[in-house]
Amino acid sequence: MDLALAPETLARWQFGITTVYHFLFVPLTISLAALTAGLQTAWVRTEKQKYLRATKFWGKLFLINIAMGVVTGIVQEFQFGMNWSDYSRFVGDIFGAPLAFEALIAFFFESTFIGLWIFGWDKLPKKIHLACIWMVSMGTILSAYFILAANSWMQHPVGYRINEERGRAELTDFWLVLTQNTALTQFFHTITAAFLVGGAFMAGIAAFHLARKKHIPVMRSSLRLGLIVMIIAGMGTAISGDLLGKVMYKQQPMKMAAAEALWDGEAPAPFSVFAYGDVDKGHNKVAIEVPGLLSFLANDDFTSFVPGINDVNKAEQEKFGSGDYRPNIPVAYWGFRWMIGFGMASLGVGVLGLWLTRKRFMLPAGLRTGEDEVPHLVLFKKPLSPKFANLYWIVALWTMGFPLIANSWGWIFTEMGRQPWVVYGVLRTRDAVSPNVSQAEVLTSMIGFTLLYAVLAVIEVRLMVKYVKAGPPELTEADLNPPTKIGGDDKNPDRPMAFSY
Amino acid sequence: MELHDVWFVLIAVLWTGYFFLEGFDFGVGVLTKLLARDRTEKRVLINTIGPVWDGNEVWLLTAGGATFAAFPDWYATLFSGFYLPLLLILICLIIRGVAFEYRHKRPEERWQTNWEHAIFWTSLIPAFLWGVAFANIVRGVKIDENKEYVGSLLDLLNVYSILGGLVTLTLFTFHGTVFTSLKTVGEIRDRSRKLATRLGVVTAVLALVFLIWTQVSRGDGTSLIAMIVAVLALVGALGLNLAGREGWSFALSGVTIAAAVAMLFLTLFPNVMPSSLNEAWSLTVTNSSSSAYTLKIMTWCAAVATPLVLLYQGWTYWVFRKRIGTQHIVDVH
Repeated sequence: MDLALAPETLARWQFGITTVYHFLFVPLTISLAALTAGLQTAWVRTEKQKYLRATKFWGKLFLINIAMGVVTGIVQEFQFGMNWSDYSRFVGDIFGAPLAFEALIAFFFESTFIGLWIFGWDKLPKKIHLACIWMVSMGTILSAYFILAANSWMQHPVGYRINEERGRAELTDFWLVLTQNTALTQFFHTITAAFLVGGAFMAGIAAFHLARKKHIPVMRSSLRLGLIVMIIAGMGTAISGDLLGKVMYKQQPMKMAAAEALWDGEAPAPFSVFAYGDVDKGHNKVAIEVPGLLSFLANDDFTSFVPGINDVNKAEQEKFGSGDYRPNIPVAYWGFRWMIGFGMASLGVGVLGLWLTRKRFMLPAGLRTGEDEVPHLVLFKKPLSPKFANLYWIVALWTMGFPLIANSWGWIFTEMGRQPWVVYGVLRTRDAVSPNVSQAEVLTSMIGFTLLYAVLAVIEVRLMVKYVKAGPPELTEADLNPPTKIGGDDKNPDRPMAFSY
Repeated sequence: MELHDVWFVLIAVLWTGYFFLEGFDFGVGVLTKLLARDRTEKRVLINTIGPVWDGNEVWLLTAGGATFAAFPDWYATLFSGFYLPLLLILICLIIRGVAFEYRHKRPEERWQTNWEHAIFWTSLIPAFLWGVAFANIVRGVKIDENKEYVGSLLDLLNVYSILGGLVTLTLFTFHGTVFTSLKTVGEIRDRSRKLATRLGVVTAVLALVFLIWTQVSRGDGTSLIAMIVAVLALVGALGLNLAGREGWSFALSGVTIAAAVAMLFLTLFPNVMPSSLNEAWSLTVTNSSSSAYTLKIMTWCAAVATPLVLLYQGWTYWVFRKRIGTQHIVDVH
């Protein structure tokens, strides 16, 4: 059978497409849930209307986004059984448990309380309604934790034994699966990266409105909140990324070597800035390097030995038998770079933005609202030129996409860098596919999902743009006077619902 | 009772929860074409399930996740074997979720009517296909000695399974009609009750044939009891609906679903997926279950989480307990 259309290849493409697509929505869901909850908390505590308007505005975008996150997530749970049945049989004893936990503990939470939050504006007292969005936020984070624990087990299997008789892996220590360092660092890294997405999203959209001098009080608060989140999350992503790199180097030396296109081990090992190589012959033709930096990233010192691709490949051949144990090197190499590059670029824009908007000194007179907001210049004696200010808004807007690109490449790198293993050192991807599912079936579902996802992407983006442009809603009497008892106040039973489909 | 038996029961409970809850919201989706006279009425119907449909759907995800964890071989055989029907269900659920959330987000009539068509079809198709799938599981499918499904798509379409699909479709729609009678006011409520009577009769006839067929070919004493409960509850639901006792009628249409699911699982046990090729190749609670350690952990998790879930989902229904009618819908569409 043609390799390009082999069920394994197709199943892998389908997994890649559906997962990367799903993960465009997940980070924004995680971060926007918490940010919306934060803004609503600010409203409940200060009663400042700008916070309620901000809550409603960001909450609406959050809902448009989460709808896609939820529906694309359903596919994820079932495609293990559909396309990867031998994987499911082999690891179900271990991998299934965190998935079941995720459903029982996180999904129920998330989906029930989101219903309460959406429809509860006129049915719940202020504080209980606020608690609902926090519950949603907690659900999203718990869900991320369980799924990352499951994924981490594939990266670094622990707490199991092989049952020869049943031909499968069996769980021996669930606690270890949940708390191993791979799971914890992946969780830390993924959550911070998610907040980088949310911060950049918020800052970018606020910048768009501020550039047009609209909705200034709401958007200025949002801009600053977005920028602060970007910086904290960006630094967190860098720190957790470094931790994860060290964990990865110990557990999956091949992935680290591939990420660096380091063909033969070196001491000290250099960090590659640019490389172009010959995969078949196993060497680089062009390489620009920073000496010793890779040793530092892997081992915290500048001189230690880091094994290369050829070394690890040889070691694995001795251990697991002949074969090619190298992942797709260019994808791993460039995926790693896009991830770090776009992630760090967004952190940079965040820092720049916060510095520029400090004391609001780049805000033109029209954007100021009070005495306390007179521009205060530190570096320059005069206000920034409008041209420069305008450029900044454009940069902020474009930066919205950066963390998403970084996130996607991060996943592509971490999953493809593990190949040919699906469970590192235990189960090969080619042994994981469903043996009874035909090429035509996988092709049907791959094309089906891709087309459906493409159509939905167009619909979703257009809807987002519409609501972004519309800006924060005006508040009504009902918004400012929420009910005081559960189920709503009942003086007028025929009052229209505050929210209806 | 061993842990894998406990998990067999728990998975039956999860499917019961799913069919009970999403059953009525599938039904309401179908009713948007059968019952609503205009677009405002459609909105009333959709809003009766607005706050809860998402939570209802999680019962499916939990049933799927629990099957994966407790019976990996069952999960693997089922979902790789029923590949295309499952694909269709997933696509429906994707479109359905988006339809609910996006329908009201643009004012254009065409936008909204498109999503309304989507809600109807994506409620109807899964409501039918779940019945087809379960009837096939009970009937037995071509499973070889490696636990792989080796039949074709056409093997899944037979008189028994199609009848099973019609039963779930009509039963869920009936259940949905009883639900809307309970949740609405005004003219739509009266019409809903009338429709419930007519649908209930059709459902009763189809269900009776299907259940008796199942009982005769595969049943035993316990499944007979479940069958009698299902039939009596359905008749009771019909009668109470006629008498205007909507709450009780809904409770009994729920009992019908629960008893019917119980009957199917009782006829299965101790198999989880019988093989029609060779009885020895059937998947059973013992040869397809996880290790005792995994099952123990899962049991603890379920013991703590399930009561909590029931508590806060129940609370949601209580918060949104008021009936709604056309007067509660703001005039802008």
